[in-house]
Amino acid sequence: MSKGRFGKHGGQYIPETLMNAVIELEEAYDKYKNDPEFNAELTEMLNEYAGRPSRLYYAERMTKDLGGAKVYLKREDLNHTGAHKINNVIGQMLLAKRMGKTRVIAETGAGQHGVATATVAAMMGMECEIFMGKEDIERQALNVYRMKLLGAKVHSVTSGTGTLKDAVSETMREWTNRIDDTHYVLGSVMGPHPFPTIVRDFQAVISKEIKEQMLEKEGRLPDVVMACVGGGSNAIGTFYNFIEDENVRLIGCEAAGRGIHTNETAATINVGKLGIFHGMKSYFCQDEYGQIAPVYSISAGLDYPGIGPEHADLYDKGRAEYVAITDDEAVDAFEYLSKTEGIIPAIESSHAVAYAKKIVPTLPKDQIVVVTISGRGDKDVAAIARYRGEDLYE
Amino acid sequence: MNKKIKEAFQNGKAFIPFITAGDPSLEITEKLVYAMEAAGADLIEIGIPFSDPTAEGPVIQEANIRALSNGITTDDVFHMVEKIRKNSEIPLVFMTYANVVFSYGTERFIKRAAEIGMDGLILPDVPYEEKEEFDVVCRKYGLDFISLIAPTSHERIRMVAKEAQGFVYCVSSLGVTGTRSEITTDVDSMVKLVKEVGDIPVAVGFGISNPETAKKMAEVSDGAIVGSAIVKLCAKYGEDCVEPVGEFVREMKLAIG
Repeated sequence: MSKGRFGKHGGQYIPETLMNAVIELEEAYDKYKNDPEFNAELTEMLNEYAGRPSRLYYAERMTKDLGGAKVYLKREDLNHTGAHKINNVIGQMLLAKRMGKTRVIAETGAGQHGVATATVAAMMGMECEIFMGKEDIERQALNVYRMKLLGAKVHSVTSGTGTLKDAVSETMREWTNRIDDTHYVLGSVMGPHPFPTIVRDFQAVISKEIKEQMLEKEGRLPDVVMACVGGGSNAIGTFYNFIEDENVRLIGCEAAGRGIHTNETAATINVGKLGIFHGMKSYFCQDEYGQIAPVYSISAGLDYPGIGPEHADLYDKGRAEYVAITDDEAVDAFEYLSKTEGIIPAIESSHAVAYAKKIVPTLPKDQIVVVTISGRGDKDVAAIARYRGEDLYE
Repeated sequence: MNKKIKEAFQNGKAFIPFITAGDPSLEITEKLVYAMEAAGADLIEIGIPFSDPTAEGPVIQEANIRALSNGITTDDVFHMVEKIRKNSEIPLVFMTYANVVFSYGTERFIKRAAEIGMDGLILPDVPYEEKEEFDVVCRKYGLDFISLIAPTSHERIRMVAKEAQGFVYCVSSLGVTGTRSEITTDVDSMVKLVKEVGDIPVAVGFGISNPETAKKMAEVSDGAIVGSAIVKLCAKYGEDCVEPVGEFVREMKLAIG
């Protein structure tokens, strides 16, 4: 069996042209992951540049309103660039610099990963090119301009459905074209080994902090931690340090789009089957002949037909639960958190908030639920306004 | 090793065209196979369309989309090959992506491919490290699982070549499939590395679009693979592509001798 397996998932299903690149990356990561100097620089940047640790906020009004378990919000939206994506980007860029790379490329869906990559590239003086689906460029115009402002070149990807999966395909194609000086900053816990492991390790800071903060505030572990799942990076970050704590429920919230019984959905665990795509074996939304499905979600960041291999394995083992949240439920939750707590969550994160709204009232008052707010929702305001029938200029 | 693939390299330098099944239609794909055989093709790669072909440039990506919009499925392609085999014995290999094979059931796919008379399988998203789950089954049914080497392979070439079956597919350039103005890789050295390890034919592909480049690549190897340049003709002429493709193949085979 090849490297980078999570149960039967994972692996390195990529063109031969890229094999030495991922091997080089794996070797660099193995060399630096326990290097004190590397880790000191990483922590320094996470703290001083990205603004970590992010707050674990007790959502008192939401708790009272839902009338069940106590709700805490892990505020990844407060990070510099407004999402959890920067945790992974800083880690990978420090690695890329040590590998002697001068140029980075990345895919982006909602634009959050693209913005984070462009930001750190600007700060480190590296050349940066972002690949974004044509459809998403229209949905997330504000983030496109932010990336340009940060000095990145943004490529519009017109192939396929013009969304996240096509942006990943196109970034992979570009990587095969120029490898020597270029690192692919993959934005989620997906793709070929070692990406799912590297990205997970850099995002694991989320659960490391939740654990410390929860012990400090409540003197015990939470009963439930939950997060939204597209590829699954903020969710694995939220889960990782609790995987061994078997009394902590892990819940991933997928995008059901218009519903898991329609064709317009992106809920991979709920409707997908085992397959091989984008470098990994995992679950994918696909037809009976293995053609990847043109998935749909209101959220550009969750609009992806696959899920990271470690999530697929956590699901197989029954260690984590994966639920599906529709567009309507997510939009309601977007508005709910804005009005109840004065926090405008990203539409991606709103999927987790929506499930919290469902589950919290059913749980006893002495239980504690942590919901990761993976990003802030400023980027989504215009789209939500349009969803509600208001024509808003961005 | 599959006997027919071996024979494909015993008629001077091999010319290996690629076409996407179902572009513009399966009827035309079948006719293309006959026309290319008549024009001197030694082995033909038949692409089973995939929705997201990550190793392809725009020309073959679009051919995949055209074929899928025609509703072409893997079973349809199998039926077409069954028909072809009533009229032609030319060596044939499938070129597709891992998920097309895996989702069909790897053993079910390979068994069926062998039954209908296919000779080999190329999966560009399955490198040496992942080949076992496909290679073992291919050997069981007498299909050659074709290995690829790339300009970035360096020390991996020996490792890949040692276990290669049929022929080694030498990727001439960085990037995806598609025509290029020139090939700058030292293909000669790559081929020599393969030959150090074993006596297996090496065919060069990616970026070959004219007789001059084909000749140059065939001179340092055992054959030339051409995809995008042919698929472009299919796109341009549609239902009328059989004649121009045949002509192009004749010209290319003539050039490489």
